[in-house]
Amino acid sequence: MADKTLAAGQSFTAVLKETIRTNMRQYTMIAALLIIWVIFSSLTNGLFLTPRNLSNLFLQMVTIGIMTSSMVMVMVACHIDLSIGSLCGTLGACVAFMMVNMGLSPFIAIPITFVLGLCVGAWHGYWVAFRGVPGFIVTLASMIAFKGVTLLVTNGKTIGEFPPFFKSIGQGYIPRLFTSEDAAFHDLTLIIFAAALLAFLVSNIRRRNRRISNGFVVLPMSLEITKMAVVSAGIIAVCFILASWRGIPYAMIVLGCTVSIFIVITTKTPFGRHVYATGGNLEAAKLSGINTKKTLFTIFLLQGALVSIAAVVFTARLNAATVSAGTLFELDTIAACIIGGTSTTGGIGTVFGAIIGALVMSSLDNGMSLMNVPIMWQYMVKGAILLFAVWVDLAIRQK
Amino acid sequence: MKNILEMRHIRKEFPGVVALDDVDFSVREGEIHALVGENGAGKSTLMKVLSGVYPYGTYSGDIVIDGNVMKLSSIKDGEKASVVVIYQELSLIKYMNVCENIFLGNEIVERGLINWDESFIRANKALKDVNLNINPSTLTINLGVGTQQLVEIAKALTKNARLLVLDEPTSSLTETEIENLFQILRNLKAKGMTCIFISHKLKEVFEIADRVTVLCDGKTRGTFEASELTEGKLISLMVGRELTQRFPTAKHTAGETALEISNWTVINPEVPDKKALDDINFVSKQGEILGIAGLMGAGRTELFMSILGAWGRKVSGEAKLFGQTVNTRSPSTVISEGVAYLTEDRKAKGLVLIQNVKDNMALASLSKRLNRGLIDQDTELKEVEGTIEDLSIKTPTVEQLVKNLSGGNQQKVVLGKWLLTEPKVLILDEPTRGIDVGAKYEIYTIMHRLVERGISIIMISSELPEILGMSDRILVIREGKVAGELSRDEATQEKIIAYATGGM
Repeated sequence: MADKTLAAGQSFTAVLKETIRTNMRQYTMIAALLIIWVIFSSLTNGLFLTPRNLSNLFLQMVTIGIMTSSMVMVMVACHIDLSIGSLCGTLGACVAFMMVNMGLSPFIAIPITFVLGLCVGAWHGYWVAFRGVPGFIVTLASMIAFKGVTLLVTNGKTIGEFPPFFKSIGQGYIPRLFTSEDAAFHDLTLIIFAAALLAFLVSNIRRRNRRISNGFVVLPMSLEITKMAVVSAGIIAVCFILASWRGIPYAMIVLGCTVSIFIVITTKTPFGRHVYATGGNLEAAKLSGINTKKTLFTIFLLQGALVSIAAVVFTARLNAATVSAGTLFELDTIAACIIGGTSTTGGIGTVFGAIIGALVMSSLDNGMSLMNVPIMWQYMVKGAILLFAVWVDLAIRQK
Repeated sequence: MKNILEMRHIRKEFPGVVALDDVDFSVREGEIHALVGENGAGKSTLMKVLSGVYPYGTYSGDIVIDGNVMKLSSIKDGEKASVVVIYQELSLIKYMNVCENIFLGNEIVERGLINWDESFIRANKALKDVNLNINPSTLTINLGVGTQQLVEIAKALTKNARLLVLDEPTSSLTETEIENLFQILRNLKAKGMTCIFISHKLKEVFEIADRVTVLCDGKTRGTFEASELTEGKLISLMVGRELTQRFPTAKHTAGETALEISNWTVINPEVPDKKALDDINFVSKQGEILGIAGLMGAGRTELFMSILGAWGRKVSGEAKLFGQTVNTRSPSTVISEGVAYLTEDRKAKGLVLIQNVKDNMALASLSKRLNRGLIDQDTELKEVEGTIEDLSIKTPTVEQLVKNLSGGNQQKVVLGKWLLTEPKVLILDEPTRGIDVGAKYEIYTIMHRLVERGISIIMISSELPEILGMSDRILVIREGKVAGELSRDEATQEKIIAYATGGM
């Protein structure tokens, strides 16, 4: 079949402009992230862009990053979850208590924590979906209550020193295969990224061919190559950063898995579409035969699951469970989603965007800390940027 | 007797439609004047012009109240001119008490603060005038619809209304409540109140009105003394929309019974002491279009929403699809049995406006295209593009947001969504509302094509020409009951209106 392209007879730049215009949101977010990085690296004499710092930055954003994936769904469905900070603290305290005070192996403690997260998610989902209590209220109640549970479990003390395996989830890096510790590059990281790059290129080309053979509109070849080149460059850049420091942290593998799974859930499953339809127009969704109650319940269930995973990673990174762990995580997560383009009125938002949003947030944290900006200024700057981001978003959308 | 109100040569246009065309309407002081007309005759538009909802300048012609030409720019202006409209959908705020509601937007203020004592005294007096013996501090949510209506009238009295417009006031009232309302209107009339009474129910018109004005197709058919009119005469005045519109012709042969509804009775959750639908029985057949006619508020949409499992309380009766009983507990079960329902309000209930054409069209049939639990996006795109071509939907790409499409194309997107579910029974609720003539004709053609494929179509429509031009059989609903059934050959505008208004 003929190669139908988006722009028969249009010039390369015209198609490029059109593509950028239709994907404006995503590109502006990535551009904003890059601008922030450029600013910080010039302000810190390049310290910001060193592999060591960037690797650190990625590690710092993992906890929030994991939770943004499900928070996006909650927000797309027109709800909000205020409990995740408290819950993250509680589940962290639980996993710590089980390992330290009860002497359980991490292999038992982690699955139990996961189930506890699911239970809390089901509890929230039950009230929101089947009892009609707004998510804001249900999770506000949990936010307060779980502060108490954390105190109860920790008895007001820090629980610490975990088994090495558990610690490595938050702090460890994947092992090297052949090279020694002082080699310039981490070999397994290179291999993993090479495989990822290859998989991306092959799947992209196969997808394009399949679409052409189905007679669908595809991007012109020149633009397709540009797109693949840009994404490949991004993958290679991240690979270089990680490989020239200590390799890929385990925590990032966890983040990568949850993000990939949630991107698939939101874009490729009926459930994902139901979430967007429920948030976009509840009435139309119901009358289209969608079980909106079940959809809402499942969203909160998934949120519980991801919070438990985030709690494990965070507790492992700190190597301690404290009373104040998780404080304000919910607000950082919500801010990341909003900066990443999630609409506060529901129906709009992507997991990918939210991850970029999380990166923006942690870049600000990291950059300002490098510059020794006092903590009070950090809060104010972050607040201002959140407001500014939403305003820019609204201004763009109104055009 | 002098005229309190004269509306002269009123003309109001909406894009592409002339809603009111040179309408003259005058009301004498102290009379009860009924305004009647078929759906879409222009009654509500005329009252919106009168009350200031459509401000001066958006219509042409003069509104004369007490001999003065009025230039109303808002509802507030209308109320200053002593005109108060009470709409069918009551506008009281549920969680405020009666007194707060009565003075909402019209508070008695002294030095910046509300004088509640004075408010209560005046509210009590107004409530007495409408024979209501309730405490002004009662929460509105605890009152029945009939009582709320009287509170609205009391509210109008505190605004010193001299001209009270009641839009379909009896549609959700029980017999006793209607009797009570009429008694109060007569009392108010005795005290000099003028009242415009909009109703579909001819029996009520003859019971309460002194004079009657008939609107038809945006024009005045004349004003008559009620005592000089008969029901037959009134019906013939209401009819008369010209059948200029063309309809594609097609011969249908009715096949097997598709949907069979028996003894269908439903309670309105908002008005628990009244049956919204009362013992409805009908069948729809494969290969035919069943037209559902009736006046606004007759219960047509509610009937099909309740069959879909999306409306009503205490639903009883039986729904059978090809002889099998259908579980009508929720839309998802009914839709999976092969019933599709295109809602009358496509923007609020049919489309997710912020999503694109593809996502909207695929929404109701996602589970039909699964491949190992994931949506097969190639098949999805193929089917969506096929349907777009089939229905000739004009959209630059499938990624276009539906809010950017024209009304006709939006409607086709909703239609496409339902066709992708491969329905056996397709219920179309006002399928051509708010779309242009060309798109209407296309939708009619599509309907014929679907019927030929063996789908059973049920079409709810408030447009009589559409009902007559498209239906093989016509079911007329009045006040939640089947008022009559007509075959294509015996149906005329007069007969349908007679059934719909109870003039038979």
